[in-house]
Amino acid sequence: MQPIIAVSRLSKKYDSGFEALKGIDLEIARGEIFALLGPNGAGKTTLISIICGIVNASDGAVTVGGHDIVRDYRAARSMIGLVPQELTTDQFESVFDTVSFTRGLFGKAPNPTYIEKILKDLSLYDKRDNKLRELSGGMKRRVLIAKALSHEPDILFLDEPTAGVDVSLRKDMWEVIRKLRESGVTIILTTHYIEEAEEMADRIGIISQGRLLLVERKAELMRKLGVKQLKLEVREPLASVPESLATYDLELNDEGRTLVYTFDRQGERTRITALLADLQQAGIRVRDLDTHQSSLEDIFVSLVKEQQ
Amino acid sequence: MNFQAVKSIYMFEMNRWKRTVLQSIISPVISTSLYFVVFGAAIGSRIETVGGVSYGAFIVPGLIMLTLLQQSVSAAAFGIYFPKFTGTIYELLSAPVSFFEIVLGYVGAGATKSIILGVIILATAALFVDLRIAHPFWMIAFLLLTAFTFSLIGFIIGIWADNFEKLQLVPLLVITPLVFLGGSFYSIDMLPPFWQNVTLFNPVLYLISGFRWSFFEVSDVSLVWSVAAILFFLVAALSVVWWIFKTGYQLKS
Repeated sequence: MQPIIAVSRLSKKYDSGFEALKGIDLEIARGEIFALLGPNGAGKTTLISIICGIVNASDGAVTVGGHDIVRDYRAARSMIGLVPQELTTDQFESVFDTVSFTRGLFGKAPNPTYIEKILKDLSLYDKRDNKLRELSGGMKRRVLIAKALSHEPDILFLDEPTAGVDVSLRKDMWEVIRKLRESGVTIILTTHYIEEAEEMADRIGIISQGRLLLVERKAELMRKLGVKQLKLEVREPLASVPESLATYDLELNDEGRTLVYTFDRQGERTRITALLADLQQAGIRVRDLDTHQSSLEDIFVSLVKEQQ
Repeated sequence: MNFQAVKSIYMFEMNRWKRTVLQSIISPVISTSLYFVVFGAAIGSRIETVGGVSYGAFIVPGLIMLTLLQQSVSAAAFGIYFPKFTGTIYELLSAPVSFFEIVLGYVGAGATKSIILGVIILATAALFVDLRIAHPFWMIAFLLLTAFTFSLIGFIIGIWADNFEKLQLVPLLVITPLVFLGGSFYSIDMLPPFWQNVTLFNPVLYLISGFRWSFFEVSDVSLVWSVAAILFFLVAALSVVWWIFKTGYQLKS
């Protein structure tokens, strides 16, 4: 199927000489949730800003729904709703007016019923006549989402949607995003909260210093790069790993108190049973054991470190 | 053409204005009345007529021009500066609107506001002096062209300004002096010859003169020059706006 967004060889060099993007290639499939993960200053916002028409690209091309974002900007932009990172709002406008304003900007005829529906979905209906300056940060974030949805876009960009949002509201926000996906909207979110990508995304792209390091299905990514570790706490501290256990490639930590066994969970045999038998053979008594699967965070940190 | 968007921007700006309508209307009405008291009554009683027109009536077109220029510039400048300042400009840039439509929305609203004020001042002035408008068509043409042109200039200032100080600077330091020195309260015949020649370099003189001619058929310069001047301003402003949008100056990096 044709991708809904196709980015090819996209580069951006700001006037200051800073290279925010260095040849990005990326395709987004219709209906997926794509998470763009990266540290601050990696180029996430620049990439989104170019696709949405806020920043000019230095090189490369982008199509949205097959429409070039420069030549055919009206068709391309009509498909996109953008929720910016900063809580930028017209403080003196009412919630209802500001959401209706965005719909108008996108060339859609007024439709109060539809606007009311969005406000209800986002639990903003009670606040529809409030001025934006009277709302909390979390509520303002919802208003920005409502504005982005006001013109019934096919694609929703969420730039750090849960930055500065408390935990319960974050969970609500995730729920909202899932519902949107169910209605067929393609969602691209940037985040530096790994938990968020792990929770939400179908696919993950990791960006650092203007380059896409990898793009992978989340499950695939976790499987390929995720390792599992078995930690064994031993009763008597060991000076070294006994010869008889050399084939397991064990690590000795914690002043000889902990043995760490790293294994591939997907492998045919994990050799755990054998290890435990050999431990007993060597006369090592185990007090406690714990298994740990590397999280996206571990993967992410190691990838970004590798690059630097 | 995205008419919905033009309408949205225009209505947004007009609604913002409505919220402060009292202040927006009362202050020019009061200052106009004060000008009448000071110039019309105190000074006017010693001047009597200029070119056969009573001094009180003579200054009316100048007063309207003063407000028209000041308000067009500041309304349009503020209109486009504010979203830049708050950051909501992202919405305009990411919407399927052409630059032409953005300009039409903001400049249309700026011009509308200043025209409303101009009409209010005309009505206020009519309470103080006998007014007659010899050429209503020309009067309206000058009113519209000036309001639109100076709203464009205001739009340019709003794009250029990156702080509130710059936003105030041009109206205060350029527009107001040019209007005062452009014959709004006198005919340049009343100046010494040297200053008459200097004043001919003041572009605002041509606007005021033409506008006054449409009322009383008295003018400092011929109508042709006045029309040429306003068209020159219009073309110059349009060119700059066109350049801004072509380059994305102060809007897009």
